[in-house]
Amino acid sequence: MMTSKTLLAALGAVLFSTTAMAEIATGDTSGMRIALSNNFAGNSWRQAMLKSWDEVSSQAVADGIVAEAPAFTTAENQATEQAAQIQNLILQGFDAIVLNAASPTALNGAVKEACDAGVVVVSFDGIVTEPCAWRIVIDFAGMGSAQLDYLAEKMPDGGNVLEIRGLAGVFVDDEIHSGIVEGVETHPQFEIVGSVHGDWTQTVAQREVSGILPTLPEVDAVVTQGGDGYGAAQAFRAAGRDIPLIIMGNRHDELTWWQEQRDATGYETMSLSIAPASAQVGFWVAQQILAGREVPHDLLLPTLVIHQDELDYWLGQTEEGGVTNAFYTLEWTDQMIEAVAAGESVPPTPTAE
Amino acid sequence: MTIDWRELVRASLPALALTALLVAIFWLQPRAMSYQGLNLLLNLSIPIVFATLAQMFVLTVGDLDLGIGGFVTFVACVTVTWLADAPLIGVLILVAAIAGYAAVGALIELRNLPAIVVTLGMSFVWFGLAVIVLPSPGGRTPEWLIAAVRLRPPGIPLAILAAIVIGLLGHLLLMRTSMGVVLRGAGGNPRAITRAGWSMLRIRMTLYALAGLMGVLAGLTLAGITTSADANLALRYTLLSIAGAILGGSQFTGGRVSPIGAVLGALVMTLAASFLAFLRLNPDWQIGVQGAILILVLALRALLDRVAGER
Repeated sequence: MMTSKTLLAALGAVLFSTTAMAEIATGDTSGMRIALSNNFAGNSWRQAMLKSWDEVSSQAVADGIVAEAPAFTTAENQATEQAAQIQNLILQGFDAIVLNAASPTALNGAVKEACDAGVVVVSFDGIVTEPCAWRIVIDFAGMGSAQLDYLAEKMPDGGNVLEIRGLAGVFVDDEIHSGIVEGVETHPQFEIVGSVHGDWTQTVAQREVSGILPTLPEVDAVVTQGGDGYGAAQAFRAAGRDIPLIIMGNRHDELTWWQEQRDATGYETMSLSIAPASAQVGFWVAQQILAGREVPHDLLLPTLVIHQDELDYWLGQTEEGGVTNAFYTLEWTDQMIEAVAAGESVPPTPTAE
Repeated sequence: MTIDWRELVRASLPALALTALLVAIFWLQPRAMSYQGLNLLLNLSIPIVFATLAQMFVLTVGDLDLGIGGFVTFVACVTVTWLADAPLIGVLILVAAIAGYAAVGALIELRNLPAIVVTLGMSFVWFGLAVIVLPSPGGRTPEWLIAAVRLRPPGIPLAILAAIVIGLLGHLLLMRTSMGVVLRGAGGNPRAITRAGWSMLRIRMTLYALAGLMGVLAGLTLAGITTSADANLALRYTLLSIAGAILGGSQFTGGRVSPIGAVLGALVMTLAASFLAFLRLNPDWQIGVQGAILILVLALRALLDRVAGER
């Protein structure tokens, strides 16, 4: 038993060395420990993220892939506190730290110390700029431009668009907005006739859209950032207006509303957001680096896009009050690493058959 | 003269708390019991020690500084921008910031304003200035500063050496000089000090300037450790510094402060978070327990104060 396992590992090492990056690294990581350093747990997305981490880590521990993989969350969303947390994780002898960072730059000192101590640092979602760390980057700008691409397909003649933005001053809001601006440049038949900040919250979005609606001409479509589509629909209904094509953001209330409208009137739209299970990709990337694989330092994660025909499946993957989630496997992570290394586009979010 | 054991317990509370925490951490994580281990465990304590001393100087006159976290953040943001790109202008800004602190002290004294309101207002001013100086996270701390906080003195980690030196200097200044007696007296009995011919205006300005100086040192060392900054970097220091100073034996009513106690209190506040991490609490619980420990320690302090007062 033991020898066959060692043999297999040796065989894997040979395979790995000959075929370079094309294989899943099979180096022995069974004695190694991976920690999740998380800066914030106060919303449903982060709660789902922690749950996803727990799923992948407990399974990996049961399968003997790693010795342990606990999660640590700081009490307050502060860089100084997370820097101390990272130093504690170095002290505890973890082999890798998967990091959702409070600041892209203020943790660099602690991250460098971790690298110097031989600890692998993989950041995702909230990434860090320190070059020695790995980054799993989410394509937020792509999330914006994809919405206009969809609209151009649905309404080739164009029309008036209302934009609902996120929380002002936050990096994610700027990125998605720049993608939407870029999309309007690509498809000039669309015109942004109004813009409000919905703060990724249905109630705020409803209030803000209700406020701006009386000043607007007919609206053909609403582009969003997630957590605001249902509120926008409510605002249009309350104003007695026709409900336009509203892009949704994978929240449970949004998908449920879309399903009701589809069944009642054949309403068509799309929905997209980031799957909280991106933490699982962080886990597998760290595991692969520990197993000896050469992994590019800048990786990409696709957005989770729901099309009309997949609505029922994905709604089933969404907890009440939560965000649609996925399950990322080692095999999927492997494909993504290969695609990035080869400069190709990354594979779509995996579905369970 | 008899030894007042209650007073003794009160004075040694921070030292006892620190010892207990260290023993618990070494037991949970033996790796921490080494030069490198102590270094990792304590290096973020240097800016917290400075911030706590800043708070203690303000507490000396019975005021409370709710702006210190914003101020330290502002200094860190200046450090990674102006001090790195144009050192002369950077130094001038920092000197002006200390003068600004003294001016706040003067304003509170002259207009007889509640310090808690003025400093709360100032915290937004400092935060706003930090955002103007560094609109998006980034910047680069000057290399000499990074090298300075990464010093490895032989035998004793920098953080411990710094804590001892800072504590002793603070003790000499406040407890062993005639100026220190006047400064403390201004918090204990301002009327007596004024009658003796001292200017409360100058005393308050001196204490606030000292707090500003400590705040600058906190910002510099913090930026040295993090190597870059953002405008939310040290907002938590307000709470940490108040907790550290009170734990270390300072009183909200003024007059009664202890620089060595404040340094020990700051170390306890730094280590408490590490201790919880080593305990491996469920993340959902870590958040609550950290707050609970803070309340527990401050309640113990209040209890001891009350017992000591019932003589």
